[in-house]
Amino acid sequence: MLNFVWPIFIIISFVYAIFSGNLDSLNSSIFSSTEEAVKLCLSLLGTMCLWNGIMEIANQTSVVTKLTKLLKPLMKLLFPEIKENSPVYQEISMNMIANILGLGNAATPLGLKAMKSLQEQNIDKTILSNSMATLIVINTASIQIIPTTVIAIRSSLGSQNPTSIIVPVWIATICAAIAGITATKLFIKMGK
Amino acid sequence: MKLIQFLSNIAMPMMILIIVVYGLIERNKVFDTFLDGAKEGVGIVVSIFPTLVGLFVAVGALRSSGVLDMIIHIVTPILDLVKFPSEIMPLALLRPISGSSSIAVATDLMKTFGVDSLFGLMASVIMGSTETTLYTIAVYSSAVGIKKTRFVLWASLLADVVGIIVSVVVCRLLSTSFC
Repeated sequence: MLNFVWPIFIIISFVYAIFSGNLDSLNSSIFSSTEEAVKLCLSLLGTMCLWNGIMEIANQTSVVTKLTKLLKPLMKLLFPEIKENSPVYQEISMNMIANILGLGNAATPLGLKAMKSLQEQNIDKTILSNSMATLIVINTASIQIIPTTVIAIRSSLGSQNPTSIIVPVWIATICAAIAGITATKLFIKMGK
Repeated sequence: MKLIQFLSNIAMPMMILIIVVYGLIERNKVFDTFLDGAKEGVGIVVSIFPTLVGLFVAVGALRSSGVLDMIIHIVTPILDLVKFPSEIMPLALLRPISGSSSIAVATDLMKTFGVDSLFGLMASVIMGSTETTLYTIAVYSSAVGIKKTRFVLWASLLADVVGIIVSVVVCRLLSTSFC
């Protein structure tokens, strides 16, 4: 995907900047962007290590098995190819639980751990397997009970009712997730 | 409000607490296990770092060169036809490609029009119900060295479009019935 998206972004912006006279801001953005990537990775390094460690502890206990039982019907629908007693099954369940609880910081490390395990079972290591594709689509859908970041922004801006958006967010996320998952299932059926 | 704030504050500590306590009860070497897992985390971050640099430079260029403004300029008349508010358009375009700049744009919208105004609500709901799709796909696939992402971009973008449209519609309905 990035093999065509990335050059398109670069070519369009650089050519447009030359003709529109925005070269100054383009130049400064090139450096600030790399800096931004470093900053993000540094903060990611902390959460990634923390949650990978916590997850490792969890994997050796029975608490994960208990939690994953709650998600069983959903998992069966979304990941029919994954066996219930495999570690991947638990990792994906934990990723979904973290997503639902709004723990974005924890969801990414858990999701990436699941991706790693899925890759081990993947036949062609350069192409996403069906389960991997589904996992990514679910994680782009941002399913959460409490959208904490937005609520924080709203209350910092002095909203009368910062949490009034919760139900609308639920409706929008659920519609988006259903659309994404349905599309995924259709594409898989079509053999794409 | 207070209960919700409490729940969102307690979610993460609770999760860690439960896991650690369970580890102790079941007599595992909790800290050794933690270290084993944490070490693995370093490798994952290192493997996604180059992807992030490339992605951030490209998205930053798209914004600073004025391409995004031009696209917004072009599509605004079309959106007016379908009654999609053009004020929301920059946010809708940025949301899938850049997390930090979409937060900036959303905050700006809330400040300009008021947090509890129609556009403020729309911006909030869009931010709450969608993810930075491009970033998520890039990170997840590059962490394990995947080159071909098949249909994932299209399926996720479709989800974003549906999420944004539903956000706009729901906010419209809410503001006409309550305000």
